Amino acid sequence: MAVSAFLTDATVCIGCKACEVACKEWNHVPADGFTFTGNSYDNTGMLGASTWRHVMFLEQPAQMGAQITGTQDPFRWLFLSDVCKHCEHAGCLEACPTGAIVRTEVGSVFVQPDVCNGCGYCVVGCPFGVVDKNHEVGTAFKCTFCYDRQRDGLVPACAKACPTQSIRFGEINEMREQAQLRVETLRERGYHDAQIYDPKQSSVGGTHAMFVILGQPEAYNFPPAPEVPTVHLKSAWSAALISAVIVLLLVCLAFAL
Amino acid sequence: MNSTKSNTAAKPQIPETRLDELREEALRTGRIRDSGIVPIKGPLAHKPAATSYHGHPVLKPPTWTWQIPLYFFVGGLAGSSAVIALAAHVSGSFEVVRIALWIAFAGALISPTLLIADLGLPSRFLNMLRVFKLRSAMSIGSWTLVAFSSWVGLAVICRELILVGYAYGFLILLEWVAEFFAALSGLILASYTSVLLGVTAIPVWSENRKLLPSIFLAGGLGSATAVLEIAGFLLPATQLVGIIVSAVETAAAVIIEARGRYVDRPLREGRTGWLMRAGAVLAGPASLLIRVLWADSIGGRLVAASAFLVGALIGRYAWIAAGRVSSRDPQALFEIQRS
Repeated sequence: MAVSAFLTDATVCIGCKACEVACKEWNHVPADGFTFTGNSYDNTGMLGASTWRHVMFLEQPAQMGAQITGTQDPFRWLFLSDVCKHCEHAGCLEACPTGAIVRTEVGSVFVQPDVCNGCGYCVVGCPFGVVDKNHEVGTAFKCTFCYDRQRDGLVPACAKACPTQSIRFGEINEMREQAQLRVETLRERGYHDAQIYDPKQSSVGGTHAMFVILGQPEAYNFPPAPEVPTVHLKSAWSAALISAVIVLLLVCLAFAL
Repeated sequence: MNSTKSNTAAKPQIPETRLDELREEALRTGRIRDSGIVPIKGPLAHKPAATSYHGHPVLKPPTWTWQIPLYFFVGGLAGSSAVIALAAHVSGSFEVVRIALWIAFAGALISPTLLIADLGLPSRFLNMLRVFKLRSAMSIGSWTLVAFSSWVGLAVICRELILVGYAYGFLILLEWVAEFFAALSGLILASYTSVLLGVTAIPVWSENRKLLPSIFLAGGLGSATAVLEIAGFLLPATQLVGIIVSAVETAAAVIIEARGRYVDRPLREGRTGWLMRAGAVLAGPASLLIRVLWADSIGGRLVAASAFLVGALIGRYAWIAAGRVSSRDPQALFEIQRS
């Protein structure tokens, strides 16, 4: 089976939330988020244990491409469907003490629900704030990359339900090429702030869910330089080792006196 | 007059004709097309452009219940107590060995209970023992706790058997071995929790990963000696250890306050900041001063020991609570990553 990826494009998303609904229906995730956040038309807020696709609504005082606004106050309304990034070096996977979180043959990061014991360490290990613990069930949940569908040769439910091909799905290198082409096209058309969000340079080492966005990643709550927390293992354990040796010497000295 | 002048000079001027334009447009069309300006200077501060998604958190807060910071406290206390037991055995203070082993053993019984309470089901703890992952501090911690409980349990059994008269050579040797491994796993038990927090995406924990081990180990060791003192063992050794751990707690608090980093705001400001300060003052300067000033008084020593215990416990809660606050602040995360 090919190593696959999502390519989610903010410039063609219409904010219909078909992906959110398709995800919930296919994966039997309970409906929630019927709250008024006051943040544009967003009602789900952020990804979580029962929100595996989240459509963002951004209102920005910026010009959209070559748009003629007819006003001195440019304005653009952007939508983007956020999803688990399925990192190449995944913080949740490295943190998991039970081996419940595994890498699948399609390159995705999968939480085995029968193995997870709900310790919650993946929740604080994720540099994107994706995975969360459901307190009713007591274990962790996140996007499965429709692993069940992919094994049967189907595309993930969100990608299939997307009416504008804002969510594309395919072989990872093909998606990277398409992302590159899309950004080039957009720039030619006057979208000078179009860029790919796929943190390949950071310790995360790239993702299996990349995005075409307009403007800065921070506006989408994407960390500009995400790091897999385990890069700090060495410095943290070194500090612990030094302190532990001092404690041992101190106690031995105190009782020897 | 003068003050008005300087006020108008401080902000970018609009030409007087602009006001005439506005009046004329209003007269002509009945409405004003423009919507005003973005104030750069003036009585209202210019609001910087939003950089995060509606100010929403980027990260998820820790899901841990109140049992986890309590476990951090108990685990640190028990682990350090095993170290004290070994050191006391080396120096031949067998009364201290016995009480320190029992304190460690009590902690070894309470710790898994607290962890299971957080997980919800006892069988879930067994999932921790499916694999051993060096890269997961949680995995190392779980295995360490199992090893620690076993060695401490064995050491306690040996000690009690020897005391009732079964002083066979192999039992004495076994007690030494058990105490050695209990102390070794105890050191890991008392320190891994700081690594557990340091190796996460939560900014305030991650950025303090080099400071946390000294705070957590000092907290654990100080708590263990405090319990020893409250149990009646007011030794010169416990006084020396008490002074040093309180000095470490004081130094760590001073470092956090003096650095004044944005990422450390949950440690200095708001409810978590005051919780942190309360814990640090009790375990640090308060305990230290009482110990030094009333060194000869039993009451003074007991007050200092109690202050340290309460301070260390508050400190564990404050660190977890600060992580929760830190996870909600997207700017803390962006600031670290932009620099």
